[in-house]
Order: sequence, then C-alpha cells, then structure tokens
Amino acid sequence: MEIPYTISTRPDTGLWNAKIGIWLFLASEVMLFGGLFSAYVFLRLDAQPGEWPHGLLNVPVGTMNTAILIMSSVTVVLAWAALKMRRYRAYWWYMLATIMCGVIFLFVKLYYEWPQKFEHYGIFIKPGVLEKYEQYLGNNRRTEKGMEPRIEISGHLHNPEALKDPNIKEYEIGLDPVFVDPNNPSNDRPHFLYAPPTDHIAKIEKEDVDRIDSFGPWHSAYFASYFTITGLHGAHVLAGVLVFIYMWLPVSKRLYQRNPEHLANRVEVCGLFWHFVDLVWIFVFPLFYLL
Amino acid sequence: MSLKAFHIIFVIFSTLLALGVGGWCIWVNLVEGAPVYLAGAVASFGCALALVIYGVWFYRKMKRLRIIT
Repeated sequence: MEIPYTISTRPDTGLWNAKIGIWLFLASEVMLFGGLFSAYVFLRLDAQPGEWPHGLLNVPVGTMNTAILIMSSVTVVLAWAALKMRRYRAYWWYMLATIMCGVIFLFVKLYYEWPQKFEHYGIFIKPGVLEKYEQYLGNNRRTEKGMEPRIEISGHLHNPEALKDPNIKEYEIGLDPVFVDPNNPSNDRPHFLYAPPTDHIAKIEKEDVDRIDSFGPWHSAYFASYFTITGLHGAHVLAGVLVFIYMWLPVSKRLYQRNPEHLANRVEVCGLFWHFVDLVWIFVFPLFYLL
Repeated sequence: MSLKAFHIIFVIFSTLLALGVGGWCIWVNLVEGAPVYLAGAVASFGCALALVIYGVWFYRKMKRLRIIT
C-alpha cells in the first residue's frame, strides 16, 4: 500500500504529511531545549557574584565550529535546491559537503574540546588551609586587599595516578595562568579568553584537599549545563549526519529515478531539522563561549 | 514554513550572531588588551556582510527559480 500525501498535499491541511510531522517534532524540540536554556539562565542568575566561571572554553575553536555549522546549513539548502532543479550530481556533492561539515563539527567536539576538559582538574582546598596555599602560590595581594582566598586551584594534573594510589601523598598540578601570576591586579576579575595551563607545577598535599574533580559535568553547575546542552546538541548533529548519509547513499539515486519530488521532499524535511539544530547552536555558542 | 523561509530566518540569526561576535571581540580587546581580537572583529563583521549578500542572493535565486513549497 502506498503511503499517502508524500508529494501531494492533504486537502484539509494544505501540506504534505511529513512537513506537518517535522514541525510537530520541532515544536517538541523547542520545548526540550527551551527548558534546558531556562535552567542554565536561572542557575547563572542564582550564582554568587564572581563565582560563575569565565574563559574556560576555547573561543576561536568554538567560532570555527559555528562557522562550519552555518556553512552546512547553506550546503543542505543548496542540495535541496539542486534536487528541485533535477540536478542530482550537484545534489550529491552538496550533500557530501553537509555530511563532512557535520562530521568535522563532531570530531572537534569529541576529540578536542571535550577530552581537554576531562584532563583539566580543579582542586578544592579545605577551608582551614586556604591561607596556606595563597601564601604558597605567592599571593599576598588578595590577603592585603582583604579579599577572600580562592577555594579552587586548577590546572593540568601531572600525576593522575595520585587519584587512585593512596601511597602518593600529593597532587602535582600544572597551574592555570591565573595562579602563576596571582599578584597581577588583572587577575582580580574574571578573564574571558581561554589560556592553556602553564608548566609551573604546584604540589598540593592530599590531606589539605576537600575534593578534586576534572572539568566534567560533576565539577560545577556551569559544566553540568555545558555538557548536558552540548551533549544533547551533539546527539542531534549525529542523528542528522546519519540521516544525511542515508540520503546520500545509492538508495537515494533509486528514489530519485522513481520519483525525484519525493526525494526532494525528504531532503527538505531533513533540512528543516538540520536548520533547527544549527539554530540551537547559534544560541549555545554566545551563551557558553562568550558571555 | 518551507525550508526556503526557514533558511532566510537562519541567515538573519547568523548575521546577528556575526555582528555580536564582532562586538564581543572589540569589547574583549578593550577589557583584556588583546589586539589580535581586533582582527577577529574585522573577520566577524566581514562574515556578517557576506551573510547579508548571500541572503539577498539566495532570496533572489529562489524567487527566480520559482521554488516555492
């Protein structure tokens, strides 16, 4: 039995069925991402002054990924237009470009941005010994100015085996730049540019440590929101790429030869989904990377 | 809403983002003293202009080809 209204429009709605379906689906997606964005905004508004982290994400890399996603939206719409003009070869190339853009985006996320966070650690010092470490790091400025000592020392953990081995009594951490030059007045305020950890190693005794966490979702509300939203977004990108690969395989050629308008409608529905996913990223990028 | 219309909305949002990133780069240079970000601002404003030109080209092309869904 033939599925009805894949090309022709339904008399009651004036649309073909898949288009109504995708818009209902996207409406539910708006609610899903809207809820998560709201949670992020409220968590941030509720944070104590000066406690919300800044400058932990690499802006140039994020910008490059944003440009790649915008480019992929252009190529997917050109693929659809090529099908409308019955130019299958052009469609094939534009679809390949879209797939490549999605794959590059995921690759950068999964092999560069996320792993970097899991190798970066924050060591939370016990309240009673905070002053000891401020002095150890050579930070007289905060004490003189009557500012609260920092509760977290962060950087790249040089002896990760210390996490499991009880015989190792201290953590060795390659400090983030803000801890290397603590008397610099500019370090009294948050920085908005990512700077990699230095080779300046600090040794922190385990018995002085309240907790040690990598910059994963368990580290703070900021990273919990970051990994939840970018993870969900990444899952959508992966889903889109898989569907596009299906549309790009020889099976699409057979459908094109049988009924080109049917393939064009399928690509349009997938393109709408892809545009929505990219639009979500256009909100994610400034929220997490810039502000 | 067709893909064509959604794409035009997407290009508008992308243009706004490019303008925002350009403004952010200028602000970061003022706050952090990072002149390299001025180059980022120029690139972002350039991208915004390119997106506007692309958006107009796309709209005219779709209109000319009568691709209406």
